[in-house]
Amino acid sequence: MSAAAAPALIEVDHLTMRFGGLVAVNDVSFRARPREITAIIGPNGAGKTTVFNCITGFYKPTVGRLLLRGEQDYLLERMLGHEIGQRAKVARTFQNIRLFPAMTVLENLLVAQHNKLMLASGYSLFGLLGLPGYRRAEAAAIDLAKAWLERIGLLADADRPAGELPYGAQRRLEIARAMCTEPRLLCLDEPAAGLNPRESGELNDLLLSIRDRDGIGVLLIEHDMSVVMKISDHIVVLDYGRKIAEGAPAAIRSDPAVIRAYLGTDDAEERAGHG
Amino acid sequence: MAARLPAMLKDAALTAFVAAALGIFVVGFRTVDVGSRTGLSFDYQFADLAVAVVVIFLGRLGLQFASNGLRWPAIALGAIMIAAGASPMTLPSGFLHWFVALGGAMLVIRGAWPWATQAFGAAAHTTVGRRVDAFGIKWAGWILLGLALVLPFTPVADQKTMDLSVLILTYVMLGWGLNIVVGLAGLLDLGYVAFYAVGAYAYALLSTQHGLGFWAVLPLAGMMAATFGILLGFPVLRLRGDYLAIVTLGFGEIIRLVLLNWVDFTNGPAGIGSIPGPTLFGAVFAETAPEGKQTVADMLGIPFNSNQRLVFLYYVILGLALVTNLFTQRMRRLPVGRAWEALREDETACKALGINPTNTKLTAFAIGAMFAGFAGSFFAAKQRFISPESFTFIESAIILAIVVLGGMGSQIGVVLAAVLLIGLPEWFRELGNYRMLAFGLAMVLIMVYRPRGLVGHREPSIRLHPASPGGSG
Repeated sequence: MSAAAAPALIEVDHLTMRFGGLVAVNDVSFRARPREITAIIGPNGAGKTTVFNCITGFYKPTVGRLLLRGEQDYLLERMLGHEIGQRAKVARTFQNIRLFPAMTVLENLLVAQHNKLMLASGYSLFGLLGLPGYRRAEAAAIDLAKAWLERIGLLADADRPAGELPYGAQRRLEIARAMCTEPRLLCLDEPAAGLNPRESGELNDLLLSIRDRDGIGVLLIEHDMSVVMKISDHIVVLDYGRKIAEGAPAAIRSDPAVIRAYLGTDDAEERAGHG
Repeated sequence: MAARLPAMLKDAALTAFVAAALGIFVVGFRTVDVGSRTGLSFDYQFADLAVAVVVIFLGRLGLQFASNGLRWPAIALGAIMIAAGASPMTLPSGFLHWFVALGGAMLVIRGAWPWATQAFGAAAHTTVGRRVDAFGIKWAGWILLGLALVLPFTPVADQKTMDLSVLILTYVMLGWGLNIVVGLAGLLDLGYVAFYAVGAYAYALLSTQHGLGFWAVLPLAGMMAATFGILLGFPVLRLRGDYLAIVTLGFGEIIRLVLLNWVDFTNGPAGIGSIPGPTLFGAVFAETAPEGKQTVADMLGIPFNSNQRLVFLYYVILGLALVTNLFTQRMRRLPVGRAWEALREDETACKALGINPTNTKLTAFAIGAMFAGFAGSFFAAKQRFISPESFTFIESAIILAIVVLGGMGSQIGVVLAAVLLIGLPEWFRELGNYRMLAFGLAMVLIMVYRPRGLVGHREPSIRLHPASPGGSG
């Protein structure tokens, strides 16, 4: 399937988010396709996380349409916060890691499978009675969690409180937890922040395997250009809440508007550029 | 060592001076009412003050000895103080005997502390020690349960002990109920007593006006309390932290005020009396049965004894508390229980994972309220008289203190804290006015030495690798 012909996974149209007089995101439109990693980059304060918060239901956009395509289409801007994770199957991670620190690594991954297990436990009734149907569902959930723990190399730490893990492991665990919700779209907010080069290399491999093995569409906010340029299929650049460029990594790297946004303009440079 | 003695004496003297300066107003004077014409006058208690200051001087000196490695002098000083406290020496008040003796006891403990920790530390590293440790963690609950089951048949089970045990078990049950809301779901509920009141009034009204029995009303009372929990929870649970605490505090007061003022329905401040007690297969606990009923003594063919009722009440509340515990333990291992704990840890992350926070909180709130309702009907059946006075804010505060002191979310911690918080004030009753002082001291000590509660350890709801004590598998 050629990438250009593939239907979009999420269509963001004319997204605008105002906080009082401040326009954090201004008329941004882009598409992200399934089985692709789409990166959203831009200088600090460009509105990247605001776009994420609109997509995952933490903010209600002032204007715009957020359409998630699948067997069934969902208009995300009309859904309540938790419904987006529950029904539209959009999962996310956070810029500042948000694990359940006192709970164990395994428990974190089981909480992610809450809705599935709730149904299997007959809203706790069958679970209280210890019926075999629920036991099977729980065993399956543990197997899924184990498979992910193996992939992120934390199987031996399954029974440790998540808050005790080293920083890099917490980042990986948060991604695994999001993947345990079996999402269609995975939104990662600066997953490489604070990682050393070795860890960020491992992260690249993990994200590529999520794209290729699990076939999930990934939306990625990232400052670390070594990550962005290496693994993204498509890049959207925001600056001051507006989209200033969009395209493949190679094109973005040489885009003058992007360079200007990142490096700033200088009269001499400007003249030289024009000359 | 001798070189440091003057410094130690100086430090002890300074402490004694501060104690005297503070104590002169607190202990030295007491206002006494000498009649309406002259009003208040002072009663001087300088002898009390002098004894207290001397004890503080000696105690501080002993602590200095202990922290400078002079263990034997510290222990000797403590022993002398215990002996002085226990001796028939005339002191201005009986409390001072306790004060002197307790101060001595603390000194002895402080002096012997390094040895004790050394010995325990060494013992914990031997294989036997590890096995005992693991055994204790695994079986502590069962041992406590066994003790609780045989308690009524032991020689200590006089009426006073049984009364106190029933009271403690009621608070254990309430603590376990509130533990779901506060310890697991992390919702600070300061109005828990409201649901307790709903349960109590449900049984009192249904039994006195409609003649329903205890066992028939028990589930009804639980359901009613749960309904109140949902009614309150629905609008309120979107609030977080402090705001939720304030609203629940208000709700608790509203329920109490309604009970106080809706005289037609609740009989207001006069309360509801002659509530029937729980029955055993329809038989009542009384010397003579009312018409159409049978006494338990007749049914079982044993002579009547007024203690039988108390023993029966004891087993009823023990059973109710155990049901609460089993239910909670089971829920903790189910998805909803894990979602409760996840909500306590991070609500935003829960939302991102597709967990409905409102529904999850409502279940915690309703289930917690239901157990308070059960406990409330038991309370009404036990007391046979209830009035709004039994359901004041201080009850909520005590139950919350039990949960927090026990270690949020810990079931066994609740038991220990209930024994401490309810049992200690009763056992210290001989201390009279100083009872609350001892109570406060105990709480401060717990907070200083166990800031995360008596049992701060959290047992995972599920394990992938079998537990190994001391190591991380």
